Amino acid sequence: MNFKKFFGVAAATMMSAAALTGCATAKTSSNSGNKATDNKIRIGVNLELSGSVASYGQQEKKGVTLAAQQINKKGVKIGGKTYKVKLYISDNKSSTSTAASVAAQLANSDKIVAEVGPAATAYATASISNLTKAGVPLVSPSATAAEFTQTKSGQTQKYVFRSCFIDPFQGKKAADFMYNTLKKRKVAIVADNSTDYGTGLTKSFTTEFKKLGGKIVTTQYFQSGDKDFNSTLTTVKGKNPDAVYLPGYYTELGLVLKQAREMGIKVPFVGGDGMGSPKLAQIAGNKNATNVYYTTHFSTKSTDPAVTKFMKVYKAKYHEDPAVFSSLAYDAVYMIVKAAQNEGEVSSSAVQKGLANLKNFKGVTGSITMDSKHNPQKSVVVEQMTNGKIAKAYTVK
Amino acid sequence: MHTFFQQLINGLSLGSIYALLALGYMIVYGISKLLNFAHGDVYMLGAYWGYYTINYLHFGFLAALITAMLACGLAGVIIEAVAYRPLRNAPRVAALITAIGVSYFLENGMSYLVTSDTRNFPQVIKRKTFDLGGVSISNIQLIIFATTIVLMAALVYIINHTKTGRAMRSVSTDYDAASLMGININHAVSITFALGSALAGAAGVLIGMYYNSIDPLMGMTPGIKAFVAAVLGGIGSIPGAAVGGFLIGLLETAVQALGFSAFRDAAVYIVLIVILLVLPGGLFGKKQVEKV
Amino acid sequence: MKKNLKYNLCWLVLMVAGFYLINTLMLTGVINTFIENMLVTIGINIILAVGLNLIIGFSGQFSLGHAGFMALGAYATGIMTQTMNSAGGFYLSILVGVVISIIVALIVGIPTLRLHGDYFAIATMGAAEIIRIVINNMKITNGAAGLFNIPQFATWDIVYIFVCLTTIVTVNFIHSKNGRAVISIRENEIAAEAMGVNTTKWKLSAFVLGAATAAIAGSLYASYLQTIVPSSFGIMESITILIYAVLGGLGSITGTFVATILLGVLDTALQSLGVLRMVFYAIALIVIMIFRPGGLFGKWEFSFKHLLTRKQNGDMAEVEKEESK
Repeated sequence: MNFKKFFGVAAATMMSAAALTGCATAKTSSNSGNKATDNKIRIGVNLELSGSVASYGQQEKKGVTLAAQQINKKGVKIGGKTYKVKLYISDNKSSTSTAASVAAQLANSDKIVAEVGPAATAYATASISNLTKAGVPLVSPSATAAEFTQTKSGQTQKYVFRSCFIDPFQGKKAADFMYNTLKKRKVAIVADNSTDYGTGLTKSFTTEFKKLGGKIVTTQYFQSGDKDFNSTLTTVKGKNPDAVYLPGYYTELGLVLKQAREMGIKVPFVGGDGMGSPKLAQIAGNKNATNVYYTTHFSTKSTDPAVTKFMKVYKAKYHEDPAVFSSLAYDAVYMIVKAAQNEGEVSSSAVQKGLANLKNFKGVTGSITMDSKHNPQKSVVVEQMTNGKIAKAYTVK
Repeated sequence: MHTFFQQLINGLSLGSIYALLALGYMIVYGISKLLNFAHGDVYMLGAYWGYYTINYLHFGFLAALITAMLACGLAGVIIEAVAYRPLRNAPRVAALITAIGVSYFLENGMSYLVTSDTRNFPQVIKRKTFDLGGVSISNIQLIIFATTIVLMAALVYIINHTKTGRAMRSVSTDYDAASLMGININHAVSITFALGSALAGAAGVLIGMYYNSIDPLMGMTPGIKAFVAAVLGGIGSIPGAAVGGFLIGLLETAVQALGFSAFRDAAVYIVLIVILLVLPGGLFGKKQVEKV
Repeated sequence: MKKNLKYNLCWLVLMVAGFYLINTLMLTGVINTFIENMLVTIGINIILAVGLNLIIGFSGQFSLGHAGFMALGAYATGIMTQTMNSAGGFYLSILVGVVISIIVALIVGIPTLRLHGDYFAIATMGAAEIIRIVINNMKITNGAAGLFNIPQFATWDIVYIFVCLTTIVTVNFIHSKNGRAVISIRENEIAAEAMGVNTTKWKLSAFVLGAATAAIAGSLYASYLQTIVPSSFGIMESITILIYAVLGGLGSITGTFVATILLGVLDTALQSLGVLRMVFYAIALIVIMIFRPGGLFGKWEFSFKHLLTRKQNGDMAEVEKEESK
C-alpha cells in the first residue's frame, strides 16, 4: 500500500516535472551591463572579510578604500564630466556560494560597472558566472591560478581580469632566481597544500627547477591554519637542502621561518608574493627573517614616484607598510578607473573594453599591459630580507 | 636516531598543547554533556587577553597567564549562564546549536573588533634552546609541558578530593539525583565552565607565546582536535584526555615524519574511528550499559 | 492509494503552482539574477537539510558528516561533465554521484552506526574529513585548486524539481511502515529491537537515503556554481546544514523548509553588512534556540489531510484519531 502510494506520487511528479521542463522556463534576463547615469563610478568590492582567508580580504579592502579616497580627492574627468568612485563593499564569507550571491547582488541591485575581488581563485571563479550574465567585468587582485581567466575550451573569459601574476610565471621566475642568482642546486619545498596558490607554485617551480638541472630533495605539505611545523622542518633538516622554497602565505610562512631558524636551518628561504607583508617579519621575529627572498611586484625600496607616494599615503592612513595584497587591490581600482577614462564612458561595457586594451598602465605594482588572456604582463622583483627589513631588491628578467 | 628523538620531542610538545585544550573540553563535556564548540574560541579570547595585557598593561608572563585564566573563567560562566543554562532541560542538540552560535559570535565579533589580521604575540619570556646531544628543546616547550602537568594534577585534585569536585561528579552522573541531594546544580555547572574555560585561557596565552601568532579564527581547528583528543582518551577521564592529546600530537608528528604530511588529519580521524570501533568508550572511558 | 489521492493532489497542485509563480515572477522581472541565486541556494540547502533531518530527526543518529556526501556528488558531476558536456552526462553524473555516495555511506555506516550519540557524530565528522582530504590530494579532482568552468545544467527549474522529488521520496519513506520502524529506533532503540525491528538495517537505510540526497544536492551545487573546491565541504558546511535542520525542528520537514528559507533570506539580506552579518546571524541563532529549544516547529508537520479534515468536522479529537491510524 505504502509503496504503491509512493510510486504513484513519484510517477505523477515525474510526469509533471517532465511537462514542466518541456515548457520553456524563464531565465533571468541577461543584462547588457550597467551604465552610470550620475557622476558616480560604482565599483563593487566582493572580498573575503570573514572566514578562512579573511586576513587577505581585509588587506585588499584597505587598498581599495585608499584608492577610492585618493581618486575622490579630485575626482576623475571622463568624457567631460567629473566622476567620483563609490564603493559597494560586501563580505563573501570565504565561501563559493556567497561569493556568487554577492556578485549577483552587486551587479543587479547596486548597478556596479566593475567588481574588485574576490581575493582567492576559488571564490573569484564562483562569481564569474553571475557577472558574465550581467555583463559586468571583474578584476581580481590575487586570483593567481593560470586557468582563472579562461573558459574550459581555452578561450579568454570576456569579463575576467586580474592585477596579479599567474602562478606558472611566478614559480618559473623563482626557480630561475634560485638556480641562476643564488646558485642553489638541492632544494626542499614546504608548501601550502590547502590553496591553489601553494599547489600551483609548487608545480611550476618543480618543473622549471628540474628543467634547469636542479634537484628537489623533498616536498612537504602543510594546511592553512597550521601552527606547528617542527616535525616537517625536522624532516627537511635531515635532507640537508641548499635552500628551501616556500609557496604559501605569510600567515603560515612567518611561523615556518621562526621555527626553522630556531631549529638551526640556516639556508636561504625563497617564497612568492604571498610572503609580501610586514606581518611576515613580525610573526617570524626580525632575527629569523634573514636570508629570506621572495618574488614580488615592486620593491618597497623603489624610487618610482608612484610607489613612494603610495607608500606614504598608505602609511599615513593605516600606520603600517602596505602588504602586496593591498597594493594589488589598490591597482585594481585604478585600472578600472583608467579603463573607463580611456574609453571615455562610465559603463560596464566600456570598462571591459578598456581593461582588455590596457597598455603601459603605470600602477604601483609595476607597469601593466593586458595580454590577450587578460593577464597583466609585468616585471618581477625579488626582495631580500635581512633582520626583518628589506635589504636589497633584484630585478629578474 | 637524532631525528627520531627530535621528532619525539616535537610530538610531545604538540601533544601537550592538545592535551591542555582537551582537559578543558573534557570536564565541560563530562558534566554538561554539551559539545562545547565555543571552547576553542574561549582559548582565542585567552590569547588576545594575553596580547593586550602584555602589550598595553605590561604584565609579566605569570600575571598574564593568571589573569587570562580568571578572565576566561568569567567568560565561560557568562556564556554558560546566557546561552546554555536556559536550555538545560531542552534537547541536547538545541544547546549544541547555541554553542555553535556562541562560537560564530566570538569569532566574528572579535574579527569585527580587532580585525582578522594575524598578530604577533609579545615575547615576554626569552626563548632559550637546550641542546641534549643533538636533540633540541626550548624553555617554552618545557613551560608548556610543565603547565599541562600541573594543571592536570590540580584538576584531578579538585575533582577527586574537594567538596566542589564531589558535587561536580555527582551532577555529571545524574542531575536529578544530585539536585535531590541538595546540590546546587547551577553552581556546580558554573564552576565546571569556569574551570574548563580557565584552562582554555591558559592554553591561549601559552600557545600564543609559543607560536607567536594569534588571529580570531585560531580556535577553530584546535577546538575540534581537542574534542577528538577528549573522545579518543575517553570522556569522563582526566588522564584519558591528556593521553588522548599526547597521542594525537605524536600521531600527527609520526605521519609527517614518514612523508605523508598531506594526509596528516586523515590519519588522525582514521585512528579515532578505529579506536572508537574497538573501544566504544575511548581508551580510558567507562563502558556504559544502556538500559531501557 | 485512493484514500490519500485528494491530499496528494493538493500537494501536486501546490508544487506546480509554486513553479509557475516563480516562473511568472521571473518573466515579469521581479526575480533578478540575485534573487534567483538566493532561491537556488536555498533549494540546494533544503535538499541537504531534509536529508540530514531524516538521519538526525527521524532515525535519531547524530551525523556531522553531511558535507562529505555532498562533496562526492559535487565531484562526480564536476569530473564527469568535463568530458560529457551534455544534459545526459549531467543526469548520469548525478546517478554516479548517488551510487558512490551510497557505497561510501554503507562503508561508513555499517561499522559506525553501532556507536551512540556524540561518538557517532565525531566518527561521521571524521569520515567526512577523510573524504575531503582524499579529494584534496587526488589528481583527477585537481587538488586544492578544485574544479572550475563546470558546465551549468542545473538551472533554477531543475533544482526546483529535485527539491520536490527528494522531499517526496523522503516523506514517503518516513510515512511508510519502514519509516515507523526508523522512528521507533529514535524513540527507544532497545525497545524497538525487542519489538523485532532490525535496528541496524533501518538506521542504515535512513543514513544511506540521507547520503544519497546529499549527493544529489552536491551535483546541483557543482553544476549551478560551476566552481567547487575541497574547502567548501569542510566541517563548517556540515554544521551549517545541521543548523537548518535543528532550527526548523528535528522531526519536522515543514520546519526544515521554513528554517532554510528563513535563514537563507536572512543571510542574503545581511550580505551588505560585511563582517557584522555573521555577528547578527550568530545572535539570531542563539535567540531562536533559547526561545524555541525544540526548533521553530518541533515535530509539527503541515498536512493537507489535517487541514481539510479539520475544516469538515472541526473536531480535533477526530483528527487525532485519524492521524493515529
